[in-house]
Amino acid sequence: MELLRFTTAGSVDDGKSTLIGRLLYDSKSIFEDQMEAVKQSSERKGLQHIDLSLLTDGLRSEREQGITIDVAYRYFATPKRKFIIADTPGHIQYTRNMVTGASTANLALVLVDARKGVVEQTCRHSYIASLLRIPHIIVCINKMDLVDYSEEAFNKVVEQYEAFAAKIDVTDIRFVPISALEGDNVVNDSVNMPWYKGESLLHTLETIHIASDENHADARFPVQTVIRPHAAEYHDYRGYAGRIAGGIFKPGDKITVLPSGLTSTIKSIDTFEGPVAEAFAPMSVSITLDDDVDVSRGDMIVKDDSEPQVSQDIDVMICWMANRGPRPGAKYHLKNTTREVMAIIKEVYYKLDINTLEKQENAGDIKMNEMARIRLRTTQPVVFDEYRKNRITGSLILVDEATNETVAAGTILA
Amino acid sequence: MHKYYLTHLQELESEAIYVIREVVAQFDRPAILFSGGKDSIVVTHLAKKAFWPAKIPMPLIHIDTGHNFPETMEFRDKLVEDLGVQLIVGSVQDAIDKGRAVEESGINASRNELQIVSLLDAIEHNKIDAAIGGARRDEEKARSKERFFSHRDEFGQWDPKNQRPELWNIFNGRKRMGEHFRVFPISNWTEMDIWNYILHENIAIPSLYFAHNRNAVYRDGTWLPASEFLSLREGETVENKLMRFRTLGDITITGGIESDADTLEKIVAEVSATRSTERGNRSDDKRSDTSMEDRKKQGYF
Repeated sequence: MELLRFTTAGSVDDGKSTLIGRLLYDSKSIFEDQMEAVKQSSERKGLQHIDLSLLTDGLRSEREQGITIDVAYRYFATPKRKFIIADTPGHIQYTRNMVTGASTANLALVLVDARKGVVEQTCRHSYIASLLRIPHIIVCINKMDLVDYSEEAFNKVVEQYEAFAAKIDVTDIRFVPISALEGDNVVNDSVNMPWYKGESLLHTLETIHIASDENHADARFPVQTVIRPHAAEYHDYRGYAGRIAGGIFKPGDKITVLPSGLTSTIKSIDTFEGPVAEAFAPMSVSITLDDDVDVSRGDMIVKDDSEPQVSQDIDVMICWMANRGPRPGAKYHLKNTTREVMAIIKEVYYKLDINTLEKQENAGDIKMNEMARIRLRTTQPVVFDEYRKNRITGSLILVDEATNETVAAGTILA
Repeated sequence: MHKYYLTHLQELESEAIYVIREVVAQFDRPAILFSGGKDSIVVTHLAKKAFWPAKIPMPLIHIDTGHNFPETMEFRDKLVEDLGVQLIVGSVQDAIDKGRAVEESGINASRNELQIVSLLDAIEHNKIDAAIGGARRDEEKARSKERFFSHRDEFGQWDPKNQRPELWNIFNGRKRMGEHFRVFPISNWTEMDIWNYILHENIAIPSLYFAHNRNAVYRDGTWLPASEFLSLREGETVENKLMRFRTLGDITITGGIESDADTLEKIVAEVSATRSTERGNRSDDKRSDTSMEDRKKQGYF
C-alpha cells in the first residue's frame, strides 16, 4: 500500500470541511464515537445539520470562531492507499499555513464553487501549489447540485481554469464535478451526471501515479549524524546516518563529500535488517565508506555523475512566516537539509503578488504571508539543487537569531 | 509496480527514524518518554533501528503514577535490560508526598493530571532538552495540530496558537535555556498503522493487549479493571470477562473491551473492523471537548 500526501485549502463557505468530512465518512474513517461527539456539539450549538467541520477544527479558538487557523492533519485509508490530508485555511492571511501544508504534499485539491467559477482564491491556491512544486492538482468543481448538475456549467469552469493555468507550472491537472454535500463523485460515481465519463475523486486519489514523483536521477545523501558503537564487535564502525534525498546509491559507488570535496567509495549501506544492495529516496539508512575521510552532520554525500551546486550566494523565493518582517542587516540561521549556516538578506529583487503572480519591484518591506524573490549571502557554502529538481535539497528555512522562530520558508531558484 | 517504491509502513518508518536521528543530532540531552503502551514501545523499537549497531543513545523516562498494571512494569524492566539503556522514573507518589501535587478525590479520582507535575520535574531535574513521545495526530483533535518538533516554554507549556511552522522535513529545534521540546516521530501513524507495524516487525508488547480473563466493572461504556484503586459505585458489580485493552494508561482510567483477540493477527482484524476510537475507552479525554488541549498546554504528554 502506498502513501499519498495531499493538501486542501479553502475558506468558510466553499465546502472544504464538508468534502473532507465526506471523504472520511464515506471511506468509513470516522468512528462512531467521533460522529456522536460531533453530533452532540452541533446540537448544543443549535445547528440543524451535523457540522463536519467540528471534526477537523480541533483547537478551542478555532471551535469558538468557526474557522480553521492552523494546518490540521487528517488520516484515512482505503484498501488501495493510505492518505494524509494537510487541511489548511484558504484566506490570504493564512498563506503561510497553505505553504506549510503544500511543502510535503504530492497532490493539491483545489475547490471551485460551480456557481462562482474561478475566483481569486482558486488562483492563489493553484499558484502556491505550483510554487511549491506539487506535481498533481485535482480541481474539484463543487456544488454541482446547485447548478442542476449541468455539463455546461462544468465546462465553463474548466475553460476558465485552463485559461489561467497556462501561467502555472503543473503538468498534471484533472477536473472532477462533485457535490460534497450530496456525495456525487466524491466516493461513489454520480447518477446525476451521466455525461461525466471520468472517475470519482476518491478513485482518482487511489490510482493517480505518484511513484515517479521522487527524483531517482541525482543521488543525494545529507548526513544527519555519525553512528559509532562503543562495542568491541563494531570497534571501527563509522556509519553515516541519514535519509536519502534523491537518486540511487549502491555499494561500490564512487562518491564525493560536499562541501569538502573529499572522495571515497561506498563500502556498505546498512539497515537494522542488514545490508541492502541499493538505497533510494526516501529510505533512512547508514552508509559506510572505504576510506577514513572526514564526514559529519551537514555534509552531503553525492555520486560523481551529478553534483549539486555549492555556493555562498543563493537566489530564493521566500514566504515570510513571522509577524515582524526582516530587520535591516539581520542575521539568520539558514537550515537546508541537515546543514546550518548563518545568512543575511543581501537583496530583495521583487515581491510576488500571490493572487496574480505579478512581480512588484520597490514594493516596500516584506510582511507576513508575503512572497518575495531575494538573494542570500551565507557565511559558509550551502550544498543545494534548484527546488524544481529536488524539493528536499532545494528547500530551506530561515530562523531568527534572536527569537529562534522560523521566520521564512524558501525554495531555491539558483 | 515501480521498482523504487516504499510501502506506506516503510515510508512511515523511514520518516520516524529520520525524526529520531534529528533529535539526537540537534539536542544535548534527549530522552524517550516511555509509558509501556504500544505507541511508546514502537517509538523505542524505531530508536533501536535508528542507531543500530550502536545502542539507543538516550535514556527512557517512565512516569510512574503508582497505579500501574503489574504487567506493564515487568515489561518495562525487561525491555530496559534488553536494550541496555538507562531508565529514569518520575514518581507521582513522590510528588504527592513532597506536596508538589495534590491527589484528586471523588469517585472518578485519577492521577492522570498529576503526571504533568512529575513529568515536568523529571525533565527539569535531568536537564532533558528534548523528550520524544509516542503521540499520534489521529488520536485526538488537539493532537491533529501538533508539530513533530513541539516547542515548550520554560514552564513546560504548549502554545497551540503560536507554533512554529514546520515545512518539508526541516526541523527547527533552537531554543533558549530552560525551554525544551517534545518530539513526536510517529505523528503521521494511525492506530491501524501501529498494529500492522507491530505485526510486521513482530514487536513484543505487554500481555494486556491480548484477550485474557480479568475482573472488571462496567462503567461509562467501558470495562474498568478491578484493582485496589477502584471504588465501586452503587449498583456496580465486579464481573469476570474475556477482555483486552486497546490503549494502556494508568490502571484507574484505562477501560478494556470484550474481545477474544489473543494473537496479533486477530487484533489487527479486530481493529480494522472496529467502529469506535481507541481513546473512547479513556475517561481522561471525556472530561470536555478540549480536555486534551487544556492538559497539553500545561505540559501533558
